[in-house]
Amino acid sequence: MKTDDLINLLATHTKPVKRTHLRNTILAAVAAGAAATLCLMLLTLGTPEAVPGSEDLAIKIVYLGLTFGLVVAGVSFLLKAARPGKILPKPLIIIALLPLVVMVAAGATLLSSHPSTWNAMLFGPQWVACLLCIPFFALLPFTALIWALRKEAPTSPGWTGAIAGLVAGAIGAATFTLHQPSSSIPFMVLWYLGPIVFCTLIGALLGPRLLRW
Amino acid sequence: MLAGLDGDDTSHKALLTKLSSYLRAYFKDQLVRVGRSSADAEDLVQETLISLHVRRHTYDRSEPLAPWVYTIARYRLIDYLRRSKSVSLSVPVEFADGIFVESDAAAVDSGIDLSKLLSQLTPKMRVAIQSVKVDGLSVNEAAKRAGMSPSAIKVSVHRGLKILSLLVREREQS
Repeated sequence: MKTDDLINLLATHTKPVKRTHLRNTILAAVAAGAAATLCLMLLTLGTPEAVPGSEDLAIKIVYLGLTFGLVVAGVSFLLKAARPGKILPKPLIIIALLPLVVMVAAGATLLSSHPSTWNAMLFGPQWVACLLCIPFFALLPFTALIWALRKEAPTSPGWTGAIAGLVAGAIGAATFTLHQPSSSIPFMVLWYLGPIVFCTLIGALLGPRLLRW
Repeated sequence: MLAGLDGDDTSHKALLTKLSSYLRAYFKDQLVRVGRSSADAEDLVQETLISLHVRRHTYDRSEPLAPWVYTIARYRLIDYLRRSKSVSLSVPVEFADGIFVESDAAAVDSGIDLSKLLSQLTPKMRVAIQSVKVDGLSVNEAAKRAGMSPSAIKVSVHRGLKILSLLVREREQS
């Protein structure tokens, strides 16, 4: 095939491209993934039980704040990583700092309470369920994100896959925390951050395979 | 580029033509540098042009164009080198001189056979691409000729191009 023929082929009746095309695709994938996971949670675990009390509510807000922060930072990273070019370090720093802040808070909580209560704090309600449910709930958002990213042109598939895994894991964790009875900050570090890190690693492994174009 | 993104065929064509000559020089240079025959440069030029076209929505209009093109060209080159690892191993450097003697006109033909690739598409996609992209009919004319709805033509062209870009990369390396 002559290159000129190919150019004619490509440049005949070119479809206009919307400026927001890439952003919309990725945001739609995140929204669809989160909505699907919420439905999955309601289907498998049922509706959440009681409305939490004020102290529980504060901890719930920390849980949701952490996961929400990770999702926002991760998505802003992905919006840049989906285009060919250098990856953006700023969201990565935020992603690294957020867990660090929570870990410090967890350490402070542990130090300020009696060692005899540590066991109950760390192995709070449903820690096994956390380990299983968060990666399970991350499946749908991860699939949606990879599907969206495959239409774009990520040139650092390892990083892109890892952050897609992180966003999916954070969505899974946020969904699970809506159902789980409240617990402590140290509990969150172990049984929430752990599975999210796991999802990130899986994403980093799968990225180079799934995100080729 | 910007006019091409808004759907202006003439600008898009001018851009792709201009880029193809830059890409040709770039790939020839790079292929020789890694000890490969520069005969495959044209295949790479065409693969890259398809990538640039199919993924043109990933270009950020507020950024300069050159880095975007370069990154995609580099990605195609690395991908190509990875795929063809076992095939043509290194070419002795002393033969590299001959490459520059080769006339450019002969080199703008690649090993990619369009009609062969088109035959691998579904009939709908083939008809749509043939009439809109090759024969240059308007979407409505193509729809009338193929007895399909205009939106079906558009969808077929769009999907067909995506599949073509995959086929180009997965075709037998010979």
